[in-house]
Amino acid sequence: MAEMRIRGGVAEGVAHDSARKHVTGEAIYTDDIAEPPGTLHAYVLMSTQAHARLVSIDVSGVVAMPGVAAVITAADIPGRNDVGPIFPNEPVLAAGIVEYIGQPVLAVAATSIKAARAAAQRARIDYAPLPPVLAIEEALAAQSFVAPPHEMKRGDAGRALGRAPRRFKGSLRIGGQDHFYLEGQAALAIPQEDGDMLVHSSTQHPSEVQKMTARLLGLPIHAVTCEVRRMGGGFGGKETQPAIIAGIAAVLAWKAKRPVKLRLDRDDDMLMTGKRHDFLARYDVGHDDEGRILAMDLVLAARAGHTADLSSSIVDRALFHADNCYFIPDVRLIGYCCKTNTQSNTAFRGFGGPQGMLAIEHVIDCIARRVGKDPLEVRKLNYYGTTTRNVTPYHQAIEDNNLAELTAALEASSAYVARRREIEQWNGTGSVLKKGLAFTPLKFGISFTNTFLNQAGALIHVYSDGSVALNHGGTEMGQGLYIKIAQIVAEEFQIDVERVKITATTTAKVPNTSATAASSGTDLNGMAAQAAAREIKTRLIAFAARHFQVPTGAVRFAGNRVIAGETDVSFAELVGLAYKARVSLSSTGFYRTPLVHYDRATASGRPFLYFAYGVAVAEVIVDTLTGEYKVTRADLLHDVGRSINPAIDLGQIEGGFIQGMGWLTTEELWWDKQGALKTHAPSTYKIPVARDLPADFRVKIWERGENPAETIHRSKAVGEPPLMLANAVFFALKDAVCAASGGDAHLDAPATPERVLLAIMDAKASAQKLAASAE
Amino acid sequence: MADAVRFLLNDEERAVEGFDPTTTVLEYLRGAERLYGTKEGCAEGDCGACTVVITEPDGDGGLRYEAVNSCIRFLPTLDGRQLITVEDLKAADGTLHPVQQAMVEAHASQCGFCTPGFVMSMFALWHANKSPSREETLQALAGNLCRCTGYRPILDACQRMVAAGEATDSFDDRAQETAERLASLRRLVGLRYVTGGKEFLAPRTLAELTEIMARHPTAQVLAGGTDFGLWVTKQHREFERLVWLGEVAELRRLAASDTHLEIGAGVTWTNALPALERHWPSFGELVRRFASPPIRNSATIGGNIANASPIGDGPPPLIALGATVVLAGPGGERDLPLEDFFHDYRRTDLKAGEIVVRLRVPLPAPGLEFACYKLSKRLDQDISAACAAFAVRVQGGLVVEARFAFGGMAATPKRARLAEAALAGRPWTQGSVEAAVAALARDFTPLDDMRASARYRMASAQNLLRRFYLETSGTAPARIAYG
Ligand SMILES: Cc1cc2nc3c(=O)[nH]c(=O)nc-3n(C[C@H](O)[C@H](O)[C@H](O)COP(=O)(O)OP(=O)(O)OC[C@H]3O[C@@H](n4cnc5c(N)ncnc54)[C@H](O)[C@@H]3O)c2cc1C
Ligand code: FES
Ligand code: FES
Repeated sequence: MAEMRIRGGVAEGVAHDSARKHVTGEAIYTDDIAEPPGTLHAYVLMSTQAHARLVSIDVSGVVAMPGVAAVITAADIPGRNDVGPIFPNEPVLAAGIVEYIGQPVLAVAATSIKAARAAAQRARIDYAPLPPVLAIEEALAAQSFVAPPHEMKRGDAGRALGRAPRRFKGSLRIGGQDHFYLEGQAALAIPQEDGDMLVHSSTQHPSEVQKMTARLLGLPIHAVTCEVRRMGGGFGGKETQPAIIAGIAAVLAWKAKRPVKLRLDRDDDMLMTGKRHDFLARYDVGHDDEGRILAMDLVLAARAGHTADLSSSIVDRALFHADNCYFIPDVRLIGYCCKTNTQSNTAFRGFGGPQGMLAIEHVIDCIARRVGKDPLEVRKLNYYGTTTRNVTPYHQAIEDNNLAELTAALEASSAYVARRREIEQWNGTGSVLKKGLAFTPLKFGISFTNTFLNQAGALIHVYSDGSVALNHGGTEMGQGLYIKIAQIVAEEFQIDVERVKITATTTAKVPNTSATAASSGTDLNGMAAQAAAREIKTRLIAFAARHFQVPTGAVRFAGNRVIAGETDVSFAELVGLAYKARVSLSSTGFYRTPLVHYDRATASGRPFLYFAYGVAVAEVIVDTLTGEYKVTRADLLHDVGRSINPAIDLGQIEGGFIQGMGWLTTEELWWDKQGALKTHAPSTYKIPVARDLPADFRVKIWERGENPAETIHRSKAVGEPPLMLANAVFFALKDAVCAASGGDAHLDAPATPERVLLAIMDAKASAQKLAASAE
Repeated sequence: MADAVRFLLNDEERAVEGFDPTTTVLEYLRGAERLYGTKEGCAEGDCGACTVVITEPDGDGGLRYEAVNSCIRFLPTLDGRQLITVEDLKAADGTLHPVQQAMVEAHASQCGFCTPGFVMSMFALWHANKSPSREETLQALAGNLCRCTGYRPILDACQRMVAAGEATDSFDDRAQETAERLASLRRLVGLRYVTGGKEFLAPRTLAELTEIMARHPTAQVLAGGTDFGLWVTKQHREFERLVWLGEVAELRRLAASDTHLEIGAGVTWTNALPALERHWPSFGELVRRFASPPIRNSATIGGNIANASPIGDGPPPLIALGATVVLAGPGGERDLPLEDFFHDYRRTDLKAGEIVVRLRVPLPAPGLEFACYKLSKRLDQDISAACAAFAVRVQGGLVVEARFAFGGMAATPKRARLAEAALAGRPWTQGSVEAAVAALARDFTPLDDMRASARYRMASAQNLLRRFYLETSGTAPARIAYG
């Protein structure tokens, strides 16, 4: 009998499990959950001062307002007022001092959001202003950090720099980025019996929300349950930040003894929560006449904001990616987490990697312009080798480098060389429009660099009718994790994917999970789910062998059926039989990533199980009168290993690229002189729209991809890496700016039209000055 | 006697009372109706997550489908209209609408939070155009943000939704019936909606309107609500009495004589676009970059003028073209040159009880060169950092008239008198243009804020004058084509 292939197995590009619900509006997000009777709505009053002592808070006027059920300040928190994920003392509500404009000071729960907001305005807060630190430079000068600096080095950068035939120094500013998940932060806290708390939270990290809520309430962790079915986007912004939102809702619910919902509106969300860190990179680089980099001393200083949050790990990852694809013989990298009186910056797709990578790409681009070569030539010259020149600044040898292949393929398919020539011609015509072209590669390390986080759990139940319920620690934020894991489980049991029920992530089913972050969702949870499925399958095979009296080797699962020697029954039939025979049909699964370790003291180890690679070419046209520009073409080639779902993976590549492009072009965070963020809504903070999509957009998954590391079905993580393909857009813009300036120019990120125009003007002015002084 | 607000929620009639007049349609849907498909992403009209479709009779027995932002649309403005939300598209048997089906097939949703809004924008597009070009699609989607997909699959879905070949849907099948039901909701006397001491009035004629304004000179005038809505959703202001212009027939009139285009203050940017584009293609392009289709479907020209923002896009081209604004108040009508309407930051010549009734724009005289340019961080659906409009008339090689107007360069939309003077009577050459460029620096002290620095605003404003010269005198492209 010909075996039917199951629907929705591994490698099939099946639709997102919720696609139908998305388009009909039936998909339920945290704010859509039916509110239990008596639910209150919360409003958070934020600090209006960047840095001040809280002399007094008078809430008597608030309490007196109609509809108000509870008001809380730091003093009301029954447990510990601290949601620090790595370092302690990160208050949810300001205690004694405020440290940025937007910091939660008090919260009100009332019968409606309007009532809560109106009541909160009656609070009387007496601030005694203190001098704020607003810029990275100020914090560096004051040596004001939220975590100790970290250094990685190999060889002797100082000596090698002294001996290098050519040397240059400089700096680059790299802007931050708001997550702008379409769904703002939201939580619904519902008191339970025994003083327990159930929290629905829009979070990538339910275990963290659970733990922090327990800590705030002074309860053991088991007294809190956190559940999330889906998020309307996360991108890292819902890793640590939701603990603040859920925490406030839970404390209010505890105090009011009623359910409390807290949903931040867009402005409050953007004013209150952390973003991608902006960085200042300072470099001292030595190279030879060919453009080979010999030595580099690089300082990466990040704006951490007022608390540490995850900044130390983020700056670590920036350092881990400050080599990108390039071998640097003598290197010293140092990272600072600068304390400033601004939002506490946090995880964002790439987690520091993009900033580190942009810095080294900038350095390489500068070298190319100094030696007068096409930057792609210089990039290739500096690529890591496969067997030699393959050790990173953190002493991990790279064993899976396929950059040469990827580069050759994209260079050819994008007609890079021919287009370079055409562009040079165009730029020679004297038009006010200039074109730019750039090729950039990426290498992104996969694994949490904090080794213990590389673990995951899953829970699978098979019901007596053969239907399967799947649960794991990963969360769904749009990236398609749920469907991918369901495909993995369907593949194991050889049943159609619709037979696998995807259930909401909850701390009640799988405990002690790591955040769905670091692109690890499928790698970790897929393995855990596979392990759980295999455990049940092993039991079913043993049972089938007994029942049908065949050796276990003669039992096979295929095409919704189980074949035991000559007998062939449906999966459901076998399950029914197994149930009657009292076989356990439920199992957990657990996975921990092998091989990874990193010693921070010596800054060495193998922090990454493997690397993801990708390459991109972008072409732009720039109006040199206004700095306006357009991305006219982009070619992307990205390695996802063996794809578990090519449709989903393609979506991650395209979406990541456009998000990265936004970061480097139109998305600009702007604070005024008092430290108030003025770009806190889409009217002022501009993420890409449809028109920003490159007019000619050619995206390919690397067909020969196969992960040499033993990952789930040999796939590769794909959540974060493609974001950095957008570096090509930035360097294409720089290329055009240089063409317009008649030589070298300096471009900081994000390359808004303003920065582009001013870069051209400044470069022209300094060239004129140079020419004048030469006369 | 106060009225209820009567409208069709898809095919069910509603008569609602007791909601504050500034309750937004989004609040109403998610609150009273418990319809959670329509999302809030910003509450300021800028993300499209809340997009719904409102239909009105198109005057030809059919219906016009307009996407609007429910987050800043006030409930009483639904009176006499049909409201369609994402929940209504799927057939009773579960069959997806072609638009929805295309989105699923194209893998066009990831987190799905933006998706209902996209579906509704696409639903409006589907009803307007069964073979949208890529350019038309980009314009139709300019008001919808997606943070996940990068848009490519959504654009694919827009191709797929028409490729499926379905010419009509169940809404078309019911169009006649719907139109009849809407006709039965029509009022002879304007809506007067009263609740909790607050009043919402929707006069149907100019006479009714002026009478109301005479009685209540301090009443708040509401037009499309695309500026006004934000006072409610962002500043949380409360209003005692609103007078809505959306039903005043005279204000929605657009007429051209041999010499002038007369645009009623209540004409939306969507409805003004064809005429503006016909006479001044460059103005048309500016309007296409003005906000997004859902906003332009509500936003009026009069609102843009009366709002008097220094960064509004309407005033610079209208001033450069020499438009006159007509005001009406208890004392009757009066008119004045638009540039004189703006006194200071958000202060205008409007007296209590007065409203803007129309604009009179002279049609292009022979020899007129006109262009307007908008600079913003993002090309589509962004507010101008600077907006410049240039009109020159050259005769015998000499500039006989120059009118340059700028937004973003001062506290009000303003003419560049010194730059104009530098050109008056001079030859239209690069040399004289450079003199005018230099004069511009003395004309303005530009804003310095999150949208742009003063340095950029000045430098780019000067370069825009250069661009204008290049475009009028040369053939080489002097800017990147928009479409
Ligand atoms: C997302 C978004 C994008 C936007 N993009 C742009 C843009 O690109 N360019 C731009 O210029 N603007 C933009 N705007 C602002 C706004 O859309 C325009 O100013 C619009 O034309 C206002 O018209 P309205 O009918 O909505 O006015 P309303 O909001 O109804 O009213 C605005 C003000 O004018 C008064 N008013 C209205 N009509 C009259 C009248 N006839 N007589 C007297 N007073 C009156 C009102 O009392 C109120 O004070 C944007 C707004 C949003 C929300
Ligand atoms: S919620 Fe963003 S446009 Fe309405
Ligand atoms: S799918 Fe997430 S915002 Fe569009």
